[in-house]
Amino acid sequence: MQEELFTSGRHIPNIDPSLQIWHWPISLYLFLGGLAAGILFFAALFYLMGKDKEYPTAVKVATVIPPIALSIGLLALVYDLTHKLYTWQLYMTFRIESPMSWGAWVLLIVTPLSFLWTFSYYREVYPNLERKLKVFQKFKFLNAVEKFVQENRIYMAYALIPLTLVLGVYTGILLSAFNARPLWNNAILGPLFLVSGLSTGAAAIILLSKSVKERHMFGKIDLALIIIELALIVHMIMGFYAGSQVQLEAVQLLVGGEFTLMFFGFVVLLGLIIPAILELIELIGYKVPVVVPALLVILGGLIFRFVMVEAGQLTRFLY
Amino acid sequence: MVIDTLKCVGCSDCVVACQTENDVPIGYCRDWITETVSGTYPNLDLELKSERCNHCENAPCVRCCPTGASHQIEGGIVLVTHDECIGCGACIESCPYDARYQHPDGYVDKCTFCHHRLEKGQLPACVSVCPTKCMYFGDLDNPNSEVSQLLKNRKYKTLAPEAGTDPHVFYLT
Repeated sequence: MQEELFTSGRHIPNIDPSLQIWHWPISLYLFLGGLAAGILFFAALFYLMGKDKEYPTAVKVATVIPPIALSIGLLALVYDLTHKLYTWQLYMTFRIESPMSWGAWVLLIVTPLSFLWTFSYYREVYPNLERKLKVFQKFKFLNAVEKFVQENRIYMAYALIPLTLVLGVYTGILLSAFNARPLWNNAILGPLFLVSGLSTGAAAIILLSKSVKERHMFGKIDLALIIIELALIVHMIMGFYAGSQVQLEAVQLLVGGEFTLMFFGFVVLLGLIIPAILELIELIGYKVPVVVPALLVILGGLIFRFVMVEAGQLTRFLY
Repeated sequence: MVIDTLKCVGCSDCVVACQTENDVPIGYCRDWITETVSGTYPNLDLELKSERCNHCENAPCVRCCPTGASHQIEGGIVLVTHDECIGCGACIESCPYDARYQHPDGYVDKCTFCHHRLEKGQLPACVSVCPTKCMYFGDLDNPNSEVSQLLKNRKYKTLAPEAGTDPHVFYLT
């Protein structure tokens, strides 16, 4: 027996027909947060392994990105709030069940650490900066701060490893904790966003690195991360197909629906498979301009965040 | 709250009463009417009902709120403290009923079961104006209350029970 079913809309002009509460600033922030977490994670890791001389881009040079990325990301987040003057309320409480509360507190620690980390290396990376900027001569205490952070770099590195992992996972859990949006509500999204963030971080290091050895090292790391990411995406899609009715409907957006080209074309093919092949070819010994796979990975990561944020908000339980 | 779908005629009086009572800005609603047609022609069935925040026992909006602005008061009503709300929209994303909206002033707003009226011993505005008296409001913990008796004696359903929110608006069918 075929059942016809029709439910009228609610006719609320400013809310219906579809929920669009989170816009581009959220997608941009999720990307920048993941990127910053990735770079800082590698910086801290290679510093703790005592490889800061061998991999100077990862530990010193590329870490100029996280403070900028996090600052832009935080501005984007605040821009998306509608009750901006009350933002300080985030820091009046810690709510263990709310991923956003976790994120707010982690960012409060990671952002200053990212500035301090870059600051502790500025003399090595930009030898002429001190002469050019009068601020270092005017404010002598800056030199004392610099000395202090240089001496305590190891503690910063130990703190950054768990903090960046939490930051990377949280960008995914922020979405996956919403039962009401079936496309987001899968446990793999946290690890997936973490791996994607680490991968874009590795790609950014490749982009800035001048040493062949370092580029090869991060090419290998990135390749491994891309393979893990592809496996997690397969897991995610399988999970939807094994899920409930609402999840079956949600996955249609990615498979055969309006986001198919964006997801499989731009994210999976151009953002993961092609860069993986290019990096593989380069590792075998052929000459490939490293800029190409690195940029593809970074753009793929950015598009991935946009697809997930936009598509997720179209999926729902009722109406 | 208990709503009798067999008595509701979809007149939208509850919607207008709520907008008036709670100064809901134009273009937004805290409650709304849906019409559902089901069955196979010619055996069709039409169901009309008034929907709103379900004041869930296991409220996802309260769980995901980063500041604690969304909270549950004694008796189960879910409220938003405007001065604690930062307008992040997490609660809107978390609601399977899409019962919340961002007020033009910035904070997130939704049905309060007319908490300010309940304190004075009055019924919620929507319940008090319903011309067919299809809405009932009361204490579900009291087995002798009108709502408890209705749920004891009539067939009922809740919306999207599979979302696991344990909603507190019941529809008699």
